[in-house]
Amino acid sequence: MSHAPQHLDAARYTWGGDEFLFVEISESMSLAANFKANAMATRLTARAIDGVVDICPANASLLLRFDPDAVPPDELEALVRQVEEEVAQLSEQTLETRIIEIPVWYDDPYTRETGARFRKGHQRPDGTDLDFAAEENGLSSPQEFIRKHHESPWLVSMVGFVAGLPFMFQIVPQEEQLEVPKYLSPRTDTPPLTVGHGGCFACIYSVRGAGGYQMFGIAAAPIFDPAQKLEDFSDFMIFFRPGDIVKFKPVGEDEYRAIQAEVDAGTFTYRQVPVTFDLQKALTDPTAHNRDILEKLNGL
Amino acid sequence: MAFDILEPGLATSVQDRGRFGYYNVGIPQGGAMDQLSASMANALVGNSPGDAVLECAYLGPRFTTDTDAVIAVAGAPVQVKVNGQTADQWTRLSLAAGDEVSFGMLSGGTRYYVAVQGGIDVPEVLGSRSTYTLGALGGFQGRTLKAGDTVPVGAPSGASPLDTIPEDLRPVYAKEVTVRILPGLYDHRLTAEGMETLVSTAWKLTPVADRTGLRYSGPDLEWRPRTQPFGAGSDPSNIVDAGYAIGSIQVPGGKEPIVLHRDAVSGGGYAMVATVISADMDVVARSAPGTLTHFEPVTMEQALAARADAAKVRRAVWGTAG
Repeated sequence: MSHAPQHLDAARYTWGGDEFLFVEISESMSLAANFKANAMATRLTARAIDGVVDICPANASLLLRFDPDAVPPDELEALVRQVEEEVAQLSEQTLETRIIEIPVWYDDPYTRETGARFRKGHQRPDGTDLDFAAEENGLSSPQEFIRKHHESPWLVSMVGFVAGLPFMFQIVPQEEQLEVPKYLSPRTDTPPLTVGHGGCFACIYSVRGAGGYQMFGIAAAPIFDPAQKLEDFSDFMIFFRPGDIVKFKPVGEDEYRAIQAEVDAGTFTYRQVPVTFDLQKALTDPTAHNRDILEKLNGL
Repeated sequence: MAFDILEPGLATSVQDRGRFGYYNVGIPQGGAMDQLSASMANALVGNSPGDAVLECAYLGPRFTTDTDAVIAVAGAPVQVKVNGQTADQWTRLSLAAGDEVSFGMLSGGTRYYVAVQGGIDVPEVLGSRSTYTLGALGGFQGRTLKAGDTVPVGAPSGASPLDTIPEDLRPVYAKEVTVRILPGLYDHRLTAEGMETLVSTAWKLTPVADRTGLRYSGPDLEWRPRTQPFGAGSDPSNIVDAGYAIGSIQVPGGKEPIVLHRDAVSGGGYAMVATVISADMDVVARSAPGTLTHFEPVTMEQALAARADAAKVRRAVWGTAG
């Protein structure tokens, strides 16, 4: 009843040219690796190191962009190693975050149509991505896959690829995680707000464009709002932050259209509530931890 | 003051030095692909190096100016025309209200830059005027130009312009180039032969080359066989999705290396094996499809020395202010 592996060796440090330092925390994905990446990013941000331009936490790694004229590479590496040490000493590993409900129209006509257009060369040319995902996970039907997809929460483990796209990691024991291969060859088109899945990661495509993840549904409300029209975007045009917890909520066509009308009217807001994510509890008793955080959302 | 766009060209966009500090949420740095050429165009009209210019790819725009204006065209060699008459690159051109600017064929490279005294005056978004088309952000309404657009031009600063860029400082547009790279990131996942192939091949730039990345053709690179870690995906070229260094080279499936450029996606699941050094990003940007490219491995010390040399060129153009 645990995620494996949880023991983290020291990170691997390497350079991306003369402007990027890359820190690989773990080769494999785990909650612990993600937690460490985000904890290091938070501390490095707080230090406000001169010459550090971007701090990008990812699933199990960390990327820093720096100006080597302002901070010499070896000096930066020493500072980051110091922060890695500090994070390793943390006895309490909790994250003050929020849980957000994301309405999704599963098995919708938009991703179905796009999936049909890119069937040639797909692992399962005669079905849908949902059929394929259900089979790959040994489930009896697409409906069962959809149920497993929305019944447990996901942690936003990385934001990026394109503007505001969240990568999400299912907070359940590894043997229960949904895993699906990516498209054999990436699509050139993906409807905006497609809920996708590749490897162990779920994502929501923030904008229309290329994509290689299998497509299961479409989210009803925007997650990237460059015009910042909706209240949830009043601070910033991008909704998700690493460490956010997502609970997908299945909606049918009527509810999907109703939400879209609220978005158009500028009145839509996401249901969300602050929660504390406790790494040790999530690892040792994920069922209880998920129940606790979901109760917070349901108690709204 | 404005330019009226009669024909937009292939992919004309507003660009400046770029947008920094938002890569952690997937917004790339953007900015002029060939930073030195864009900055030289600005120097010729008395702008500051960070003023916004028009970046023209291959086929340039046709536009008129609604008032007198001073412009300069720098970058890839192209035929410049004012009211149908051939005009010079690398110098200042004075336009009268109603004058029409257009462009002929390129004779090398891919991108050239039109600077106007006062700069292209679109609003700054997240600290930059650069266009991020995928996110429909910045630049002119978040997109490349269309016929009928009226592109605003700012007020001149009054700084004195350079008369010309000395020939020996101008970029060259060769059919065969050497691009220096710093091996690293996931280079250990290639076999020794795979790395040797990367640095000994004359790679040919394919037509699959845009602001996001440039793809090269050549022999396959061999990855070390391995049991893939959880979450990484099944191919040995896959990793647990991670941040992408701009300039880094990924080789999906061991075929056709891709160099990520200014509008790079900020992360993904392909292993990167080296990164183009900062001093040579403009060299990559100037490469036209078909350009033979040698990736030359260097050390961090050599990369930093090359960076200092590139800064000297900028200082020679701009004086200490650059």
